[in-house]
Amino acid sequence: MKLRPRDRARSSWWAYAVHRISGVALALFLPVHFWALGQALAGPAALDHFLRWTDDPLFKLGEWGLVVLLAAHLTGGLRVLALEILPWRGWQKNFTALAAGATLLVAVLFVLDGR
Amino acid sequence: MKARERTTLAVDIWRGGVHGRLQRYDVPRSGSQTVLDVVTHIQRRLDPTLAYRYACRVGMCGSCAMTVNGVARWTCRTHVDKVAVDGGLELRPLANLPVIRDLVCDMGEFFDKWAAAGGRFESRRTRRDAVMRVAPDSPARRAVDAAIECIGCAVCYASCDIVTARPDYLGPAALNRAWTLVNDVRDGAPRARLAAVAGDAGCHACHTQAGCTERCPKGLAPTASIAGLKRAATRALLRGEL
Amino acid sequence: MSVPALQSDATARRETALWLAQRASAVVLAVCVVVHLATIFHAVRQGLSAEAILGRVRGEPGWAVFYGVFVAAAAVHAPIGLRAVLAEWGGRRGRGVDRALILLAAALAAFGGRAVWAVIG
Repeated sequence: MKLRPRDRARSSWWAYAVHRISGVALALFLPVHFWALGQALAGPAALDHFLRWTDDPLFKLGEWGLVVLLAAHLTGGLRVLALEILPWRGWQKNFTALAAGATLLVAVLFVLDGR
Repeated sequence: MKARERTTLAVDIWRGGVHGRLQRYDVPRSGSQTVLDVVTHIQRRLDPTLAYRYACRVGMCGSCAMTVNGVARWTCRTHVDKVAVDGGLELRPLANLPVIRDLVCDMGEFFDKWAAAGGRFESRRTRRDAVMRVAPDSPARRAVDAAIECIGCAVCYASCDIVTARPDYLGPAALNRAWTLVNDVRDGAPRARLAAVAGDAGCHACHTQAGCTERCPKGLAPTASIAGLKRAATRALLRGEL
Repeated sequence: MSVPALQSDATARRETALWLAQRASAVVLAVCVVVHLATIFHAVRQGLSAEAILGRVRGEPGWAVFYGVFVAAAAVHAPIGLRAVLAEWGGRRGRGVDRALILLAAALAAFGGRAVWAVIG
């Protein structure tokens, strides 16, 4: 596995790397998320017990990280869909930049909203 | 001192096969010098044992492709001034292909994949049939025209991350050529073509890193051709034609 | 052409179907994720508590359908994505890998379905 971008197409390579790493991270997170929600089966008290964790600042940081991952993977995915389905245009390379921008935007919004 | 003012170039060249080392040569600089000029100078004046390929030396054949400072390029079309970092060059054979010796790689698998992807035109007419009409401004022909200029230099293949990660991946050039034939109205084997390119390690393995499109010396876009193949295969699947 | 037709056809169909499923589930997820994020933003502003969440969604068929579709799309999308990662970065491919990933898809669907049932009932 080569992870040296020095000799690769810059923006497209990074788009791919971010897309892939965020995807794997989300795939690892998903079962945890389902498990936590499954706690609600034991009743609101059990869910509350878990939700108390969510006030922890470290947890909030993790949440923020998740939103970034989600937004990054989503916008990266939209880039792939555009490249594969829409007619080819040179400016589609700039989709990568758009994707990065949109990710940042969502992340910032979440931080603002959380405070 | 600026790079341009230096009178010699420090050139590190891969010597050997799979195992080898970089060997240093000092080459006098001159105006409008290309990397091919540098390699030729070394082989003719400094070290006749150096193995490398070239043919036309004017950017038409693609034989001189090699890795220059980490990037796959045609050396005849690469000016030293443009790529020499701090008055130095590092030359290696093309990536993703077996090395025969020094700067020469084995292009066998590149062309084997070209064939495996159905890179050969299959006729469905004989000389007794009328000549087939191809409308030059039809969408299909435009698609072909955009991709047909490939000369099989393997720069795209050497620049592809998927080829590196999946040695059986057909690669951008083979798939690009297949795309030109899928869109060729004269072609007699459209269904078999899609089956050949849409399988394991075929067009669906492309993740649009677009290293091929970035590096193609002819300005082609294999990423777009491969995207076209993905769509064509999907359409065929949904119509029950795959 | 020298490629044996029958085997290639089946492989091509499988790979194309997986590609299509991946892109289709991606579109579904894109919509679901935006709705889900908006919902979470809203919940965060309101102040998360079990009472509040369960009160709003429990017994609502609309939410059940929405999250059911969300879970199904994720159960399709994640394993197919991991399949590519395993093939390229893990050097693993073939029937064994595919079977393991089908199990993963089933597990995600089951776990996710359980979570939907737990929260919405």
